[in-house]
Amino acid sequence: MDVGAAQKRCLQYRRRILEISQTVTALHVAPAFSCIEITDLIYHELIRKDAKGKLIDSFIMSKGHGCLIQYVILEALGILSRQQLSEYCKPTGILGAHPDYGIPGIEAATGSLGHGLGIACGMAYADKLQNIDRITYVVLSDGELQEGSTWEAIMMAANLQLDNLIVFLDLNDFGGLARMSEGHPAFYPVIDKLHAFGWQAYAAEGHSSLAMYKIVQNKKMGSPTLLACNTIKGKGVSYMEAVPIWHYRSPNSQEYAQALQELSELAL
Amino acid sequence: MRNTFADTFYELAKKDSRLAVVVADISPAGSIAKFRQDFPSRFINTGVAEQIMIGMCAGMALRGMRPFAYTIATFALYRPFEFIRDDLAYHALPVTVVGIGGGVTYSTLGGTHHAMEDIAVATSIPGMTVIAPADPLEVKTATTWCANENKDGPVYLRLAKAGEPILSANAIEPFTVGLIRYLQRGNQVCVISYGSMLAKGASLVKEFEAQNLSVSLVSCHTLKPLDVTGIVKLLHSHNKVVVIEEHVPQGGLGAKIKEIAWDCKATCELLTYSLQDKFIHVYGSHEDLLCAHGLKIDGMPV
Repeated sequence: MDVGAAQKRCLQYRRRILEISQTVTALHVAPAFSCIEITDLIYHELIRKDAKGKLIDSFIMSKGHGCLIQYVILEALGILSRQQLSEYCKPTGILGAHPDYGIPGIEAATGSLGHGLGIACGMAYADKLQNIDRITYVVLSDGELQEGSTWEAIMMAANLQLDNLIVFLDLNDFGGLARMSEGHPAFYPVIDKLHAFGWQAYAAEGHSSLAMYKIVQNKKMGSPTLLACNTIKGKGVSYMEAVPIWHYRSPNSQEYAQALQELSELAL
Repeated sequence: MRNTFADTFYELAKKDSRLAVVVADISPAGSIAKFRQDFPSRFINTGVAEQIMIGMCAGMALRGMRPFAYTIATFALYRPFEFIRDDLAYHALPVTVVGIGGGVTYSTLGGTHHAMEDIAVATSIPGMTVIAPADPLEVKTATTWCANENKDGPVYLRLAKAGEPILSANAIEPFTVGLIRYLQRGNQVCVISYGSMLAKGASLVKEFEAQNLSVSLVSCHTLKPLDVTGIVKLLHSHNKVVVIEEHVPQGGLGAKIKEIAWDCKATCELLTYSLQDKFIHVYGSHEDLLCAHGLKIDGMPV
């Protein structure tokens, strides 16, 4: 894979999300920033495309509040238009702060946490039943791993040997309220729990596209795969990084300018 | 009803590979056990895990399949309620959620197993179709409709248990989803019900007929979408209308017909009989529980 190209795209996606945040009170900038490299990798390097560029594999943004990154990638792929993104969260538009089923490129409506993995299990199982060669990719938040329904899905995915299911766990360590590792220390380490449930699970650096790519290339068949990706909520903008309020807040014009400045410096 | 559902599903699923059944640790009886044996990959047991039962049905339906989720009504509907709402109804997916033991059918198992408010809960979800067949014949038609024809979104199919009598063999109208169905037509009194309580309705009809009254018996098998036009006509064409249902008063058919009666300025007498709005701690036969709730024919002023 072309690491430089991925870095360039991810920088551009961060800028684009910040740009959108200036036109509307864009919720969930920081949760999107933690999974930018993950989602970029899935769409640009992992999902196979047919001769016409149509996506062969599937993607579910189970942490629906991270969907800004999905929208800007779908825009880059020409599946959503610039006009549609300019109407984000506006009454004339089709895009809300959580992805809605029926919108181009969106395969399931998420937003309520703990739903995406179960739906993905059904999809992956149906693909096996119908002998369809398709991989279903999921981005899951660490908060979703607190939902019992996610563990029901984890159990079933292993029982059904869904090796056509690849999950990227965005371990940004924050729910909407506080640092999870402080409030819920028993939750860690996550990987051991996934191993115990019969998954192949790997620790990954969630802002390193190449590291994650290599893990996926070397994954084994026979069981579902999870990459526990260590990420930083708000990655790329110093004042957002690991500061809970940015789960919801949009930057004001001054903060916006500073964010762009910092991103430019990162690019050098 | 359970056996008819299983037989019907087996025959349909034999020919249609889109059909699958996803159960949550319920022992498959009759033809469902046969289906499991003959088509093991399309019989999925999630274990005691109802949220993934619904979530998997959603994912399979998103891939073009037509799955049936199947377990005891309380666990089919209440436990994974938000998954039915979000994964099935919000996505408008053709998944059938089969709740067995609707009402107080599981009469020895206590309140945890009584689906007394399932119609209110299921009909409150936008886009949900709710069907409660009255006898095995209606179960067969309803199951076939769910498997083959339903296009509009999820269905909650309320079944009772086994051994219900055939009531609709000589019905004067066919079973059509979304329409009330006259099993017999009179012009003075109308008894309307759904599900296995229609058998009680049939007994009530006999009581009225013993008084030389001309009586209609109506199966309101589809609780949503409710046949408002049909019910308005029914209210205007009888002097007395009796609604009898195995459901709490709030959000049931009785309450809905009262709403319609107000809107259409009905002048008939309107009596509604239901379960009580309370958990009762009584164990015994199904009949014992219905009696304990006050649903006994000799207690009704006919």
